[in-house]
Amino acid sequence: MMKKVSKKPIVKAIVVISVILLCGIFMFSCTSKKVDEKAEVYKVGAVFSVTGRASFLGDPEKKTAELIVEKINADGGINGHKLELIVYDTEGDATKCNLAVKKLINQDKVSAVIGPSISGNSMAVVPVAEETETPLVSCAASYKIVFNEETGKPYKWVFKTPQSDSMAVEAIYTNLKKNGITKIAIMSVTSGFGASGRGELLKYASEYGLTILADEQYGPKDTDITVQLTKIKGKAPEAIVNWSIGPTQVLVLRNRSDLGMNDIPFYQSHGFGSRKNIEQAAGTAEGVYCPLGACNIAELLPDSHPQKKVTMKYMEEYKAKYNEGLSSFGGHAWDALYIVAAALEAVGNDKAKIRDYIENIKGYVGQHGVFNFSPDDHNGLTKEAFNMVVVKDDDWALVE
Amino acid sequence: MDGASTSQILQYLITGITIGSIYAMVAIGFNIIYNVTDIINFAQGEFVMLGGMSMVLFHVILGIPIIIAFLFTIILVTLVGLIVDRFAIRPIRQPSVLTLIIATIAVSILLKGIAMFAWGKDPLDLPAFSGRTPIQLFGAVIQPQYLWVIGLLVVTVLILTFFFEKTIIGKAMRACADNPDAASLVGINVKKMIMLSFSLSAGIGAIAGIVITPISLMEYDRGAMLAIKGFSAVILGGLGSFPGAIVGGLLIGIIESLGAGLISSGYKDAFALIVLLGVLFFKPSGLLGNIEISKIKRF
Repeated sequence: MMKKVSKKPIVKAIVVISVILLCGIFMFSCTSKKVDEKAEVYKVGAVFSVTGRASFLGDPEKKTAELIVEKINADGGINGHKLELIVYDTEGDATKCNLAVKKLINQDKVSAVIGPSISGNSMAVVPVAEETETPLVSCAASYKIVFNEETGKPYKWVFKTPQSDSMAVEAIYTNLKKNGITKIAIMSVTSGFGASGRGELLKYASEYGLTILADEQYGPKDTDITVQLTKIKGKAPEAIVNWSIGPTQVLVLRNRSDLGMNDIPFYQSHGFGSRKNIEQAAGTAEGVYCPLGACNIAELLPDSHPQKKVTMKYMEEYKAKYNEGLSSFGGHAWDALYIVAAALEAVGNDKAKIRDYIENIKGYVGQHGVFNFSPDDHNGLTKEAFNMVVVKDDDWALVE
Repeated sequence: MDGASTSQILQYLITGITIGSIYAMVAIGFNIIYNVTDIINFAQGEFVMLGGMSMVLFHVILGIPIIIAFLFTIILVTLVGLIVDRFAIRPIRQPSVLTLIIATIAVSILLKGIAMFAWGKDPLDLPAFSGRTPIQLFGAVIQPQYLWVIGLLVVTVLILTFFFEKTIIGKAMRACADNPDAASLVGINVKKMIMLSFSLSAGIGAIAGIVITPISLMEYDRGAMLAIKGFSAVILGGLGSFPGAIVGGLLIGIIESLGAGLISSGYKDAFALIVLLGVLFFKPSGLLGNIEISKIKRF
């Protein structure tokens, strides 16, 4: 055996070298867009769940971030500095995400990090950002990302752009109260997103005078939610609030329609913010309410709306480049990257100054609201960042 | 929890039987390969996923009529099963059961990755075979597609029974299952039988995928969950037993559904597993498994 192998060391060497070369070419084409210019390149790292179970978040986020970098560089960069974006895929895995962020900070030497896409991953990298003193602008929802429960203050280096679940819950409950509804049933998926939403739904119910008749759950990969809905049907609530992301929120609508429950008003979480969901629901989404950020409904907003201009611009650019409708999640990456870019423009490549600048941003008009950061608020949004919409003729319509 | 009306319980049962039928089909796929090779094929769920996705490709995207698309899909996925055996299972030099099982895990990751690139990450929809107008039955609602699921399980079981009992190839496969060495001594090509077992269970997986897609949509990473449920069904019914696979699948579907409906939907997946553990505690060979046979097996 040994002899046979050692006979052809040249062949072996060629194979090894070509593999190394191929890897090198692959990595080069993946990460770097370096152009030799005199000015220092500003590097921003990004960690998104581009593949895996949360790919519906990470995919539009990555596309959006790449679109923005292209735009900024075409317009001459940031104060003449080229902006370079280094994206790593976390696959929705907290360990991979943690390693990716460490790599971005220690090896790629980025000035700031945007992402991760999901709350669990974000929690896993908060300590990294704090230790290495690197500004991190998360694209995930949970308030825990920017709230240190031990000190009662936000983490020093961590910000986030998406609205918190509590704001979505309050937006929905405000609407329910306005419609005179007092008895509701809630449903949630047993993932981090669903569990967090369920917690907020239970927490705020009494504040809005609501009684929760049923509290049902289902798995993120469940193939049928008829059972839970049947149970809810038996309790005869005045409205149903569902908290999930991914295919289950489409499934729940179809099952609801099968069971003839269309006359019970149905509220989805802000996770429903993609037209693909309406499409897949095949007509069963009609009349469903959900709270959405401005960027989902740019064309519906009145011209007087402060976010009309930025959201229209984003929508048109995104459509032009990728030829697909945008989802609300890309908007979170838009907000995160432009906030970092604004900081880089104002204070240059200095992590501490970038952090301080972001903390003091006021009145920044983004895709998901007007941001007012402060030392006590590293999210900078209120429940007004949500607009209630209803599905009408297979499209969104503003509720008023 | 509070009492449920008869119509509610009926609804839980119907849903449970439908989902259970899918688990049963996955379980049958596991058993066919297990019986011939002694290995658990962890790519079984991916066959189901490929079935659903290919059906969408042929029927929705390419617009091929449903019956022809159905046949195309089964042929395509059967071919995939054949290729899996030829390129992932057969080339392994020292085929211990463990290495073969690990190879199937690799195959499942590969198939998932290919599906993600081929079909994208969004769930895909397939129109129901005979419309979406629900049938009312004593206050419970039955989707016509539910009947297709249950009906196709019955047809599959009938065809397989005929195949294994009456045809010479089926008998040869059973011989391999009983004793591969003796089978090869009497002139049965064991390698061919292994290849056939992979193709056959891929084909059955494809049928499961095709019928479930109009109910639950299908996306590239759905396979693993179906494989876990199907595997639980196999263990519950008794590894290697066909009637066991059907009983196990239906039982798990019904327990899940009733548990979620009558007790708590948050612990839905736990109920089936508790029952499974309970059964294994008192009867380790599964409900319909044979302890004598399982002693001969390598796994």
